[in-house]
Amino acid sequence: MKATRYLFGVLWAVAFVLGLVGVYQRLTNGHMLAGYGSYVVWGLWVAAYAYFVGLSAGSFLLAALANVLDIKVLKPLTRAALWTSFVSLGVAMLAVLLDLGHMERAFRVFTSANFTSMMTWMTWLYTAFGLVLALIAWSISKKNESLVKALLMIGIPIAIAFPGGGGALFATLSTNGYWHQPLYPIFFVVGALLSGGALMATLAAVIWPKRAELLQVMGRIVLGLIALDLVLEWAEFSIPLWYGVSPEKHVLMEVLTGPYWWVFWIVHIFLGCAVPIFLLLRKPASPANVGAAGALAVVTFLAVRLNIVIPGQLTPELAGLEKAFVSGRLTFSYQPTTHEWLVMAFFVAVGLGALWLGFRFLPLIDSKEVQPNERAA
Amino acid sequence: MAGKELLPLPASATQPDADVLLRMMADMRRALAKPVSERRWVMVIDLRKCIGCHACTVSCIAENKLPPGVVYRPVIEQESGTYPHVARTATPRPCMHCDNPPCVPVCPVAATFKRPDGIVQVNYDECIGCRYCIAACPYGARTFDFGDYYTKNTPGGVQAYEKAATFEYGKKRVRDHEASPIGNVRKCHFCVHRLEEGMLPSCTSTCVGRATFFGDANDPESLVHELLGSPNIQTLKPEENTKPRVYYLV
Repeated sequence: MKATRYLFGVLWAVAFVLGLVGVYQRLTNGHMLAGYGSYVVWGLWVAAYAYFVGLSAGSFLLAALANVLDIKVLKPLTRAALWTSFVSLGVAMLAVLLDLGHMERAFRVFTSANFTSMMTWMTWLYTAFGLVLALIAWSISKKNESLVKALLMIGIPIAIAFPGGGGALFATLSTNGYWHQPLYPIFFVVGALLSGGALMATLAAVIWPKRAELLQVMGRIVLGLIALDLVLEWAEFSIPLWYGVSPEKHVLMEVLTGPYWWVFWIVHIFLGCAVPIFLLLRKPASPANVGAAGALAVVTFLAVRLNIVIPGQLTPELAGLEKAFVSGRLTFSYQPTTHEWLVMAFFVAVGLGALWLGFRFLPLIDSKEVQPNERAA
Repeated sequence: MAGKELLPLPASATQPDADVLLRMMADMRRALAKPVSERRWVMVIDLRKCIGCHACTVSCIAENKLPPGVVYRPVIEQESGTYPHVARTATPRPCMHCDNPPCVPVCPVAATFKRPDGIVQVNYDECIGCRYCIAACPYGARTFDFGDYYTKNTPGGVQAYEKAATFEYGKKRVRDHEASPIGNVRKCHFCVHRLEEGMLPSCTSTCVGRATFFGDANDPESLVHELLGSPNIQTLKPEENTKPRVYYLV
């Protein structure tokens, strides 16, 4: 156990230091070292933003629904889930901030807000959500349970609205056939629930490995959400591809059979869905199985976000545009650069570090909720 | 702007056989004498005359000191048919300055907006560089300024001409460090800084084949008004309902 902790500590330190190098590069070179350009304008960091926003909403909704619906078996997760939600929201905001061309003007989304823009709505919703989380933390510290419950209820529509709005941020672009789908907001909410639920399942397996009932319920939640997510994905792909004449056929086939086919089939479908389903069906209450299934589902979910953000930008708006003016920034292809991965390592390291600090120094796990025989774990 | 003192045009500009450039400049003078909201700037590109020389692209780059990766007016070349029956078409693609622009409502800080004369403008001092407008444009007409220079990493270093001031939107700017327009979204603005001085957009002045026309569509005497009445006038992607102000004669 000690050796495992030491290994994780070393890995975290390496990721953090490498991440700092990436952030230093970003602050000194602007966007020069990034792989995106003017045709593929959003890359790994925007996918990371969508991913962390989903984790934030998903973990919050799990905590809120457990309390509002009084699901006793899930209640011990409440504080851990709320902290996870807060940390994920912070990392998501960091990702989107570093993606801006002028970070120092980010505040203008508040001072010069344009409410026809879905991006404005998102920013305001994140802010409202952050305030609700802060108020919940304050209410918990004051042991005001009725206020906590009321705030959790207020947070539910916001936590549904912002991942849904994240989907709408893409879907409202009617000029982009790949993104312009009414299904997207729903798809994003389900994705948020799945990734957030999977993360909480992993944490539950680590914190309460002996609580079979809790682990079984968390496992079932993850299993059900994977199934729902797959149904939505089936709709997303099968409907435009069915007769083979859709204008989106090209880009959908690019996802399924293009150079990055393995991101969809190996990372998402096999590692993110098939293996977790197998693990959860085989031993539904095993901490190893629930923990591994949750970890696989949550880590690989980044592939789903990447497969939304990137393929939508790979088709030239006008035939021949890709050859009209030659520049490395004017291509319809994208691969994250080492610099982008370094900054991504920073996001992950900051998130994991903040989670660890929370579990170490904040009363996230109520001592009443941990049985004496569980303390060692 | 109305009533601004401009250098006089040659008398031949108003003659019936005047060169189209002179005629368009005379058209512009009439437009500039009107209030801004009564002007309706449009561009008409005759694809039958365009020879695909890219002079417009180059003049635009020179006029606006565009850095690598930023282009306002590329020329899309396409071949069609099978040998021996083949054709080659060249389609210049400036910003369409749509009347229903998808790029404007998506801007979270209203940094891109439609002027009263119809030009879609970017306020470099407000733009946060989120690039949502680029994702929204169905013509790929917007590019992001990453801060690069053509002569960077060359033995002589970045050359002075790359740091010469630009006058886009009528404001003098020098690209340096992280200052705007670096980190901003950039696009064709119909050379609004030239228009306000009574000059045609750079691409229009430079067009070797006299294939690009510019003027006030609200003026029934203008050349563009005449051309817009042609039966063979088209816009790009009319199905997007963007109502472009750049028209093509095909």
